[in-house]
Amino acid sequence: MRVIINGEEREIPSMSVAALLGELDYEGTHFAVAVNYDVLPRSRWAETHLKAGDEIEIITPRQGG
Amino acid sequence: MPLTFYGKTFASRLLIGTALYPSPTIMQSAIRASAAEIVTVSLRREAAGGKTGDAFWNLIRELDVTVLPNTAGCRSVREAVTTAKLARELFGTSWIKLEVIADNDTLQPDVVGLVEAASILIKDGFEVFPYCTEDLSVAMRLVDAGCKVVMPWAAPIGSARGIINPDALKLLRDRLPDVSLVVDAGLGAPSHAARALELGYDAVLLNTAIARAADPVAMAKAFRAGVEAGRTAFEAGLMEARDFASPSTPVVGTPFWHAVS
Repeated sequence: MRVIINGEEREIPSMSVAALLGELDYEGTHFAVAVNYDVLPRSRWAETHLKAGDEIEIITPRQGG
Repeated sequence: MPLTFYGKTFASRLLIGTALYPSPTIMQSAIRASAAEIVTVSLRREAAGGKTGDAFWNLIRELDVTVLPNTAGCRSVREAVTTAKLARELFGTSWIKLEVIADNDTLQPDVVGLVEAASILIKDGFEVFPYCTEDLSVAMRLVDAGCKVVMPWAAPIGSARGIINPDALKLLRDRLPDVSLVVDAGLGAPSHAARALELGYDAVLLNTAIARAADPVAMAKAFRAGVEAGRTAFEAGLMEARDFASPSTPVVGTPFWHAVS
């Protein structure tokens, strides 16, 4: 299935957000996820299914002014 | 009167950014030297397998400060609202420094989008710190939307020009006496920060002037002193400027008075 992750189109086997994060080796604890501009609380990562064309943003804290 | 933002009280009137320092260690030292209790942070995409965010976040947690996430770089209401929600999820705070940017060269706030985004976020339970221009009507719209804090720029972000339009900032202070006002962006020197506090502003927020100084830790101390001097002067009551001289030394008893006519 083709989705867009952080602005880049990718082919992924994962069907859920939780599986995708594992597949892509996101091991850190401090990141947040939005799918199609909807923010997904951590508690919903396992139950949220992905579909082709979804836009997924995975973000972490950074320096800012 | 201590500084209050959305019911939380702070001793320091200096808010400081976490970007552009020569090293993470200097960032931590400069923030400690500034005595700031509130720091701004941002959110960015994390590459697969990356741990950049974790490393940065651990540095911030060591400082034991209140975090104010921003929506820097957002150019639409939709982007800003989603970024604010991501920030709430990530940092566990309903505080958001709301930026909606209109123009690349000046980083001029899109004040129309800003008011719209602020309204949406406040209805969703956010406590919004909007980064805006010094325009009174925009500030009033933000207050109408439910903002208890308004943060007008002194000058464009990173420009170090200081307060370009003091009359407009003074007008904002006079017309919005019950709103917490913060001068955010464009300050280059501790004297600029002092001036903002002398005008009655509740606090200042800055980043580049400290982070890009030759010695950021020393500059952080200088800004801390500037902010304290400005606030103390405001509380002490500054005298009005006047057009002509008025002798400070007593005139009565001047020797040789009237000896030469």
